Amino acid sequence: MNDFMLQFLLTIDATFRVATPLILCAMAGMFSERSGIIDISLEGKLLAGAFVAATVATTTGSAWLGILCAILASVGFALVHGFACITHRGNQVVSGLAINILASGLTVTIAIALFHQGGQTPPLGRSERFTPLEWPLVETLNQIPAVGSIYRELISGHNLITYIALLAVPVSAFIFYRTRFGLRLRAVGELPQAVDSAGVSVAWLRYRAVIIAGILCGIAGAYLSTAQGAGFVREMSAGKGYIALAAVIFGKWRPYPAFFACLLFGFLEASSARLQGVEIPLIGEAPTQLMLALPYIMVVVLLAGFIGKANPPAAIGQPYVK
Amino acid sequence: MKSAPPLPYWADVILLPVINLLAALLVCGVIIAMLGENPFSALSVMIKGAFVYPSSLGYTLYYTTNFIFTGLAVAIAFHAMMFNIGGEGQAYLGGLGAGLAALWLGADFSPLIVLPVAVIASALFGAAWAFVPGYLQAKRGSHIVITTIMFNFIASSLMVWLLAGPLIQKGQQSPQTPTFDANAFLPKFSELLASVSIDVARSPLNLSFVLALAALVFFWVLVWKTRFGYELRAVGHNQQAAHYAGINVPRVIIITMLISGAFAGLMATNEILGVQHKVLLNFTSGYGFTGIAVALMGRNHPVGIFLASLLFGALFQGGAELDFEFDSITREMVLVIQGMIILFSGALAYMFNRPLSHFLASILNRKQAVNE
Repeated sequence: MNDFMLQFLLTIDATFRVATPLILCAMAGMFSERSGIIDISLEGKLLAGAFVAATVATTTGSAWLGILCAILASVGFALVHGFACITHRGNQVVSGLAINILASGLTVTIAIALFHQGGQTPPLGRSERFTPLEWPLVETLNQIPAVGSIYRELISGHNLITYIALLAVPVSAFIFYRTRFGLRLRAVGELPQAVDSAGVSVAWLRYRAVIIAGILCGIAGAYLSTAQGAGFVREMSAGKGYIALAAVIFGKWRPYPAFFACLLFGFLEASSARLQGVEIPLIGEAPTQLMLALPYIMVVVLLAGFIGKANPPAAIGQPYVK
Repeated sequence: MKSAPPLPYWADVILLPVINLLAALLVCGVIIAMLGENPFSALSVMIKGAFVYPSSLGYTLYYTTNFIFTGLAVAIAFHAMMFNIGGEGQAYLGGLGAGLAALWLGADFSPLIVLPVAVIASALFGAAWAFVPGYLQAKRGSHIVITTIMFNFIASSLMVWLLAGPLIQKGQQSPQTPTFDANAFLPKFSELLASVSIDVARSPLNLSFVLALAALVFFWVLVWKTRFGYELRAVGHNQQAAHYAGINVPRVIIITMLISGAFAGLMATNEILGVQHKVLLNFTSGYGFTGIAVALMGRNHPVGIFLASLLFGALFQGGAELDFEFDSITREMVLVIQGMIILFSGALAYMFNRPLSHFLASILNRKQAVNE
């Protein structure tokens, strides 16, 4: 029984590790989409962030400089998205797609040109990465049966960026629902005319939203290559940006539900990794592919209106014309 | 802000796309220069790789075939104002359809039966994969962009499960089906021409290219010469107006998505029946997404789609040459070019509209003034 408990705790622990980039990207998508800008470019910004973080960390030896440059790169892509969607009123899906393709081409191309290792960065040493933070009193509390292992596995021992991601959720919720900026941001995604007639710039609000999205995706990218992994490998975002987008929709464009969707999707991925090839009584071999596809299936079912109604922001996808 | 005078038709159809393309290539050239290579020699290597070597035209047209199918898939949905990002998944499922037909019938029937059935199966499976997003858009208002993205990932999981499980070749580790019987091979042009003793360099170009050309003609007839095409464009222009004119909008949406999925599924006739002769993981390798760039550049018209497909075919084939000739740039550069083209001729399509129309208007006005 104790063993089962530990297995369960380890899976939950892995869930947080897997869910960290999802949570950050989901909050990023939330800012962008609540302001009325469709953001399928989460994936590309995440990938660009991962690449730049690893590249800068390996050349300068500083993980902090890496994450900073990752944020700058991701914001750069976000500004391209903003320039196309806000300034030039281009198609937001097309722009997002262009950014995703650009990111997957540019990262590999530049990686090959810089390092000649087939599109990877050199492996990062311990000092060039964000390593798990051990909280005080782990050893002392370990003596206590249940509390000790929960404290050790769940609360302590995560990466700094995981804690940042967990913090990003209440902060985002606060910004959305308790600040003037958040109110205007939500308004500009529902009825931009109203915001405009109140004398607030629609374009500047939306630009700020996509910039925030860029910052969060940059952090998530740095997590992939300099915290969870030890270096960049090609296509390392592997659809996580899209899963985060799915979580935003599954959470009906609200921070806490989207957060729980990220945890759910993270749990599915973490447990499918553990269940690979495991025989389950009655079911047979664990259907890991099905578990990996479940987030996408759930979103389709939700969008079909079978589990509640998902109402996107009213003005999403529509360029604002005075 | 003064509104720009309307752009003349020829400028809108030819000049603006060319300017957008040049802008995209210019940015890529700057990137290549920043990576320390000469953009002009890169360009000449790509052009040589795409057209000049003996087998290169065949390879270029082989890629072109894929892009015609996926481009048509995106374009037909665009005409009904829908964005089908699911070409990738639909083509993947099309491969499953072609593969099942080929594996099931290949050993027992002649090519005259196997090949048509396999081609139809690829279209049907692609259409079936597009049906659910189409139905949900038409009946439940679920946004087709999101559902088709989700269906790409679901298709990917499904195919991994099938190819690593029920369909895997017995005794093999790699996730792919057994090789088909030769009856299910779509003949290659080099073989066909060799049989009438014309010698051309071997290339993967096969009969599906002819099918792709037929699909272009079919597309033109369907969209502009049939009653359904009229309904399709009416729905695309204004759903409410179409509804009040008595058009069954949900029906048009669903049928359009079925046709779109069928076009995407037909891509598998080239890859699976023509070249690979077995179903393998990720054989679609992004061609479905390239279809979006093709449709955008080709302005959703068959002639434009053919030209854009040829351009991307040349880019893919020529891009492969970059690996051999340069240290610092590889075929991934093609992805960058593709991304830039989507950005400039899609998302920023009208960035040059205003300056260009002012410029043209000023020239035309000056001419008028001189004439007077």
